[in-house]
Amino acid sequence: MVLSIKTAVSRNAKILALFAVVCTAIVGIVHSLTKDQIVFQQQQDLLRNLNSIIVEDSYNNIIYKDCLILPSAALGTVDSQKVYRARNNVQSIAAAITTVAPDGYNGNIELLIAINIDGSVSGVRTLKHQETPGLGDKIEVRKSDWIESFNTQRLASKNDSRWLVKKDGGMFDQFTGATITPRAVVKAVRKTVIYFNQHKDKIFESDSNCENYDSVKEAL
Amino acid sequence: MKINAEYKELAWQGLWKNNPGIVQLLGLCPLLAVTSTLTNAIGLGLATLFVLICSNATVSAIRNWVPKEIRIPIFVLIIASFVTCVQLLMNAYTFGLYQSLGIFLPLIVTNCAIIGRAEAYASKNPIKQATFDGLMMGLGFLLILMLLGAVREILGQGTLFDGANLLLGNWASILRIEVFHLDSQFLLAILPPGAFIVMGLFIALKNAIDDRVAAAKPKADNKEISRVRVNFDEK
Repeated sequence: MVLSIKTAVSRNAKILALFAVVCTAIVGIVHSLTKDQIVFQQQQDLLRNLNSIIVEDSYNNIIYKDCLILPSAALGTVDSQKVYRARNNVQSIAAAITTVAPDGYNGNIELLIAINIDGSVSGVRTLKHQETPGLGDKIEVRKSDWIESFNTQRLASKNDSRWLVKKDGGMFDQFTGATITPRAVVKAVRKTVIYFNQHKDKIFESDSNCENYDSVKEAL
Repeated sequence: MKINAEYKELAWQGLWKNNPGIVQLLGLCPLLAVTSTLTNAIGLGLATLFVLICSNATVSAIRNWVPKEIRIPIFVLIIASFVTCVQLLMNAYTFGLYQSLGIFLPLIVTNCAIIGRAEAYASKNPIKQATFDGLMMGLGFLLILMLLGAVREILGQGTLFDGANLLLGNWASILRIEVFHLDSQFLLAILPPGAFIVMGLFIALKNAIDDRVAAAKPKADNKEISRVRVNFDEK
């Protein structure tokens, strides 16, 4: 039987549409089955990061839900950033702020910086980067303890000259063969600490708004 | 007996003679990008293996209902669905590994080994054989990924199974072996150029072995092999 072109085309279109529907349905089902688990994993990951820089026993709120969106202008980043606030009942303990160091050797370095209410750094973690393996990637905590050198440091004044890498006259080590990466990280942490010191009351007083923001973002 | 011989031939083709990694040279992008550690290599290899088996079985199952004019878009649809499912599952259950494989998971869709097998073999053969072919091709690919990953990890960091806990859970941290201690990493092995060099050595080694075997039994009849390399044969 020879099909006319018209019937052949419409038959093929129907078959293709059928496959598209079936495949989409399968992906949809898997998505709905794994959705909650994925959100859970992301929260656990965030919580692990937060607890590695803020002492877990020092606060008692659900920290990843106590979250505030910072407009991009606040830290001078391209995207808006988030602040997670640790509280013990009504007492403010510390805030963990995400930020981006735009001037890494290989593009953006995403950081999470926890600062105690007294202005001292509680801890810093690198969330994402593309620095050279073996050189710049010592900013990862599993490669080197360099990132721990921020712990307990304070910024004495806005122009505290110790907050630079040693090569620039400051107190933070650079890496052999890689100065640009630590310089970018120090700069971003310093900026964040300055912002925190100036705005800490507002940071802790504002209502949580991350959830709405996420759902708005998803709806878009 | 004839069927056994067919399976044997499929295994031989997938694992050695027509290995997707070092003979067909398909899927070079994930092959070279992800193999900086053994763990990553195993993760991507298993994901590819799974997709390859599923896509081969499905393509074979529907081969009589798919008009040949629209077979390619349908194969792509099937492969893309499986890859998306794998990606979602890995995101849900092996989160750490998902983070370190990152953008290379969706790239399985573009791994020509998969659509190549769907087109060249699965679309013309019964389900059992097609599934077996997927398994063997996938294993061949996994094997090359693991070898590359192991060599590069030893040369680059002096370890094996670094980060195995990302793939297998926390108990796997004990699998980590420090072969020798390096104060600074051997960068060339970790960066993509190192992957090309190691890969080249593997191909050379395979060719050398083949030559050695051929020289050892020169009388073996040189029969024509109908299935050679990537066969997008015409119909």
